[in-house]
Amino acid sequence: MLKVNNINVYYGSIHAIKDVSFEVHPGEIVTLIGANGAGKSTILQTVSGLLRSKGGSIEFLDSDLSSVPAHKIVAEGLAHVPEGRRIFLQMTVEDNLIMGAYTRPNSEINESIANVYKHFPRLKERRKQIAGTLSGGEQQMLAMGRAMMSKPKLLMLDEPSMGLSPILVQEIFDIIKELHESGTTILLVEQNAQMALSVADRAYVLESGKIVLTGTGAELIESDEIKKAYLGG
Amino acid sequence: MLTFLNHFINGISLGSIYAIIALGYTMVYGIAKMLNFAHGDVIMVGAYVCFFAVSTYNLPPIVGVLLAIVICTLLGVIIEGLAYKPLRQATSLAVLITAIGVSYFLQNAAQLLWTSNPKIFPNMFGGASIKLFGGELIIPVGTLVTIAACIVIMIGLTLFTNMTKMGKAMRACSEDKGAAQLMGINVNRTISVTFAIGAALAAIAGVLLCSAYPSLVPTTGSMPGIKAFTAAVFGGIGSIPGALLGGILLGIIEIFAGAYISTQLSNAIVFLVLILVLLIKPTGLLGKQIREKV
Ligand SMILES: Nc1ncnc2c1ncn2[C@@H]1O[C@H](COP(=O)(O)OP(=O)(O)OP(=O)(O)O)[C@@H](O)[C@H]1O
Ligand SMILES: [Mg+2]
Repeated sequence: MLKVNNINVYYGSIHAIKDVSFEVHPGEIVTLIGANGAGKSTILQTVSGLLRSKGGSIEFLDSDLSSVPAHKIVAEGLAHVPEGRRIFLQMTVEDNLIMGAYTRPNSEINESIANVYKHFPRLKERRKQIAGTLSGGEQQMLAMGRAMMSKPKLLMLDEPSMGLSPILVQEIFDIIKELHESGTTILLVEQNAQMALSVADRAYVLESGKIVLTGTGAELIESDEIKKAYLGG
Repeated sequence: MLTFLNHFINGISLGSIYAIIALGYTMVYGIAKMLNFAHGDVIMVGAYVCFFAVSTYNLPPIVGVLLAIVICTLLGVIIEGLAYKPLRQATSLAVLITAIGVSYFLQNAAQLLWTSNPKIFPNMFGGASIKLFGGELIIPVGTLVTIAACIVIMIGLTLFTNMTKMGKAMRACSEDKGAAQLMGINVNRTISVTFAIGAALAAIAGVLLCSAYPSLVPTTGSMPGIKAFTAAVFGGIGSIPGALLGGILLGIIEIFAGAYISTQLSNAIVFLVLILVLLIKPTGLLGKQIREKV
């Protein structure tokens, strides 16, 4: 479904991503894990067109995204919940959701909003509230809900558990599983390796811009290297 | 008492013009995060277009206004596309200097095309006026039209930015361009549309301004431009209600300072008030600051 081949991303002279290749198959949950600064967010931003790779290719459902402008990518069926959520803080909850459906026909928006509220009843209670006044957990739900509004085939999530209490992390991961069961393929970036590996079909481990290890979630959770580096044991 | 009322109405009318100009500054600043110093000069171009349409070609005033709007809108989009768009990734200082350059370019081009001899702007409202209190208070129709235009524009823009998809997309872009792109919003096109709206408003402001102060020269737009920019900052740059409030207050302060303190000092007083407001409330009267939760 998504096939990333040999991408190289630079910030000025900093070579942040070095010859990275990975794949996501339809119906999978794939996770990219790695320490701070490993390059996880950079990879997601490159896939969604906010950053560009020097060379390589990014194939998604038979089309090459590497030269498609960022604003045309969501319509291809690929949604991205960015690091730090980046919801529109001065707009209402519902307007944020409406922006998520920017590329879709108006006639389908209400149905999609109802679907988001089904997964996140708390957003429904707060639909007229200004997004900047939501709690951190609610903001994360809004960021995910907003991405769902585009009806993505592949949903990319960048550290959805960041800054949340363990109960909320559990809640967010339950929703990720729900979305997956309803047919959405998921590419999950996490620092919370334990959590991520426990839901993932497959995982890639990133270190200083390079993929150093790959395997199924179950394999990696048992691997000594991973235990030492990421699972505190 | 009647003189006071008269000054008050004149203040609101002048303030309405500032508010309409300030809206252009504030909307462009909100989305492109730049001070479009050429905005004042678009006003001047609008006034010249209307002048030639009405005085030289004897077209009806409304056609003159519409022509001014169309030409300024195009001009706004062209300026953005040629001068500012290539600088999207540049430092804000480079953009500011370019904007000042565009401003001088427009003034010099106007001088070359139309000379610096003042043109006497035609009276768009046929000199009609309304007499109140047994003829003691005379309000020109132009004054009322100016205030009405400001109210209509204000309501229209508020509805546009809050209710329409394009308007919401503009607000999304002004908050976070990257996130807006992830939603599928074409940021470049949205910025162009914002410039188009700002320039159309500048054309209207130019016609209203020159109807009230009929001497038209290539630098006609620069002082009102700077004052409207002041009004936008005063009200809280980026805020639409702020532009209205800032513009009206500025107009009232200017007229009253001129009438009761000193005509020569009225501009100085206007800027003094701005400095005081910014010392007390750095974001301007209605400027808001929402902090991100982590
Ligand atoms: N805008 C930028 N300019 C320069 N360097 C950057 C920029 N953004 C990221 N980097 C660098 O690129 C590398 C990868 O950053 P990235 O944000 O992709 O890491 P990450 O794996 O997402 O980390 P984290 O887990 O902390 O979010 C880091 O070394 C970072 O310092
Ligand atoms: Mg990151």
